[in-house]
Amino acid sequence: MNTELSGRTPLGSLADKWEKHKNELKLVNPSNKRKYSVIVVGTGLAGSSAAATLAELGYNVTAITYNDSPRRAHSIAAQGGINAAKNYQNDGDSVWRLFYDTIKGGDFRAREANVYRLAQVSGNIIDQCVAQGVPFAREYGGYLANRSFGGAQVSRTFYARGQTGQQLLLGAYQALSRQVGLGKVNLLTKKEMMDVVVVDGRAHGVVIRDLVDGKIEALTADAVLLCTGGYSNVFYLSTNAKACNVTAVYRAYKRGALFANPCFTQIHPTCIPVSGDYQSKLTLMSESLRNDGRIWVPKERGDTREPNRIPEDERDYYLERKYPSFGNLSPRDIASRAAKEVCDDGRGVGPGGKGVYLDFADAINRLGRNVIEDRYGNLFEMYQRITGEDPYSVPMRIYPAVHYTMGGLWVDYNLMSNVNGLFVLGEANFSDHGANRLGASALMQGLADGYFIIPYTLGGYLASTGVGERTEAVREKATEAVQHSEEKIRHLLAIKGNRTPTSFHRELGKIMWDKCGMARNEQGLRSALVEIPQLRDEFWNNLKVPGTGEELNQSLEHSSRVADFLEFAELMVRDALHRNESCGGHFREEFQTEDGEAKRNDNEFTYVAAWEYNGNNAPLMHKEHLRFENVELATRSYK
Amino acid sequence: MNLRLHIWRQKEPGAQGMLKTYDVADVSEHMSFLEMLDVLNERLLENGEDPVAFEHDCREGICGTCGIVINGRPHGPVPKTTVCQLHMRSFHDGDSITIEPWRASAFPVVKDLVVDRSAFDRIVQKGGFVSVNTGNAPDGNAIPVPKVNADLAMDAASCIGCGACVAACPNASAMLFTAAKIGHLHSLPQGQTEKGARVYNMVLAMDDEGFGACTNHLECEAACPKGISALFIAKMNAEFVINSLL
Repeated sequence: MNTELSGRTPLGSLADKWEKHKNELKLVNPSNKRKYSVIVVGTGLAGSSAAATLAELGYNVTAITYNDSPRRAHSIAAQGGINAAKNYQNDGDSVWRLFYDTIKGGDFRAREANVYRLAQVSGNIIDQCVAQGVPFAREYGGYLANRSFGGAQVSRTFYARGQTGQQLLLGAYQALSRQVGLGKVNLLTKKEMMDVVVVDGRAHGVVIRDLVDGKIEALTADAVLLCTGGYSNVFYLSTNAKACNVTAVYRAYKRGALFANPCFTQIHPTCIPVSGDYQSKLTLMSESLRNDGRIWVPKERGDTREPNRIPEDERDYYLERKYPSFGNLSPRDIASRAAKEVCDDGRGVGPGGKGVYLDFADAINRLGRNVIEDRYGNLFEMYQRITGEDPYSVPMRIYPAVHYTMGGLWVDYNLMSNVNGLFVLGEANFSDHGANRLGASALMQGLADGYFIIPYTLGGYLASTGVGERTEAVREKATEAVQHSEEKIRHLLAIKGNRTPTSFHRELGKIMWDKCGMARNEQGLRSALVEIPQLRDEFWNNLKVPGTGEELNQSLEHSSRVADFLEFAELMVRDALHRNESCGGHFREEFQTEDGEAKRNDNEFTYVAAWEYNGNNAPLMHKEHLRFENVELATRSYK
Repeated sequence: MNLRLHIWRQKEPGAQGMLKTYDVADVSEHMSFLEMLDVLNERLLENGEDPVAFEHDCREGICGTCGIVINGRPHGPVPKTTVCQLHMRSFHDGDSITIEPWRASAFPVVKDLVVDRSAFDRIVQKGGFVSVNTGNAPDGNAIPVPKVNADLAMDAASCIGCGACVAACPNASAMLFTAAKIGHLHSLPQGQTEKGARVYNMVLAMDDEGFGACTNHLECEAACPKGISALFIAKMNAEFVINSLL
């Protein structure tokens, strides 16, 4: 237990590490690259950009997605923008400032060297995307426009209307499509990864299942890249797409990859509240709305008057009251917790009291309806489509929802997990956001990993290890992994119980939201550790899946993912229970200051908790101590 | 509200399909259309019947995965709205609703309401990109783009690849989809270098996939959840003709 892990960060000054490391990494000769095969799982920003770039370099790439097209990946739904330290606004931005904001925003729980490198390559991402034809917003002079985002005092966010994720993903998808057309990438759609083939601590391939005909097979390669996104759907209701799941990374974990900081999850403060039991997902409203909207609840508990009938002096603009200097633009974790607090106090609004008002009346009076329409028209339309209410005349109702997961598989500076040849990119790894991610940084990280980091570090790995021989041991292990996956599918179909996969998923989500959600405490976490295994037992005894494993069977797909969530949830709770501090998205009620702010414990918890699967026993924890040599650990204050 | 649904059921590609009738009770007006189908599917599952297969993912109108024909209209009755964003308040108690998959020979049915749209990907693979390897790019501001061109490019680029344009067209043409990608890239300086080859190759790919031609019905524009203008088709045709003559 508690073995010390090393992130294998290169020596040298912070600013020189990456350049120096690139110069020292071994290279694969151009004509030798085609001898190496690489499997990329997932085709979001990280996966598509990596697959395209590696194919351009000459590697043999296979790209896998469970969607019907790479363009459907959930990166497509990101609205706001992408950060880059371009300093086009001449407002004092720099690589250092982007690095510092990201480290501070992450509540000092990320690796310095990784975050600095992210800031260093951020500018290249914008250049690359512009060259691909991504239609970023422009000023009248034809140059790139920027806007501001939470947690920063400079304007460094590039955007394409409210559809930045869509346009960046289409850019990467088009680069990938070009390589598919050239025959350099073998694209497999409607295939889900079921397992990783690991022999002697090295990844040799994956097991995939065809979602249309159910066929399970192994693919071997010299390296495997997991770019499979986050696990917010462990909460059932989240802003993630319905199919997002933990299966690929969780199964890698079961084959030996370490899972880092699973309890670091992000709750986004501005989502449309739940409207009923049938609710299938939550919809995010861009953070940018908080620039002009004022957030409030009635001062009196149980005040059921129409919002417009509640006089000014009977309203509590609680963010402005508690955080006068940041007010309605306080960071996500802080705004979310404040909303929960007032709702727990009985002052929430809307059905079930789970909502707060986001009111544009002042802004409309001050600026005129036209200006507000210009700035947020598409968001207001979306709100009206979903709720049937007109936000120009009635305040919006919002409530926090799970949005992003900072935790993920542990990786070293080269983005390689502790399993040789198994690399993890984008939201699927844990590396850059610490305990809280800043807005407009997820897109930056996914593309940094895929376009500008993996092409170097993968080459370094392959040049030093050589082609992975398809030995008898590899073939045996691949066959065994295929059989294991087939067995799992058969098992799910054979239970023939009475409850649907959705009902189990919903119940798990409720446990996680109540006990491991926005605020956590020891008692709740301990009871979750009892309830989750009970639910899991029931799942394996009472699940109902119709049909067969040899056809398109969406209930079976869902069941297989829920089975993994039911195991993973326990790991997440364990991690939350062990971390006796509050930091970023992880708020433990026992650890707060007198006025209710998160209280970090830097002496004991300045480390990454990386969990090792240990069969039916409790997982083992390894620690990677975080060393801050360039920044001072400060208390985040937004007052 | 209580509804009667007539849903296309088809076991597998090439199998004989048929409309089957289901009654759904107590539908809330706040449900999305897909949540209403979720409720139906939970009930079918509990009764041991095969749930209706349909595609969906983000459920916020951007991934382009969902797409069904409701009472003859792709994505249903509300303009510029994908079916995942369509809510039941657009329907009334006692309504009969017919639910079918996209109908086009280039989009074969996989099961029930699920169709295979990989033809779209193959069209993009023939030229829907700028040939620039990672690392080649000059500084982002080295390529100024007039705001009106950037806005026009963005209008076209907002296509979500759902296929409603094909489903709406009497010829099952993929012109709006293809023209949107070409219109996006050709509105920008970055797209100029490969202009001729792009339009030529993508139009031929579209024909090879079995999509029909455009006869100016403009149903595609009316059905497009992102409101993409059919003017992009006219531009594409002009470019195609010029390129073919050269």
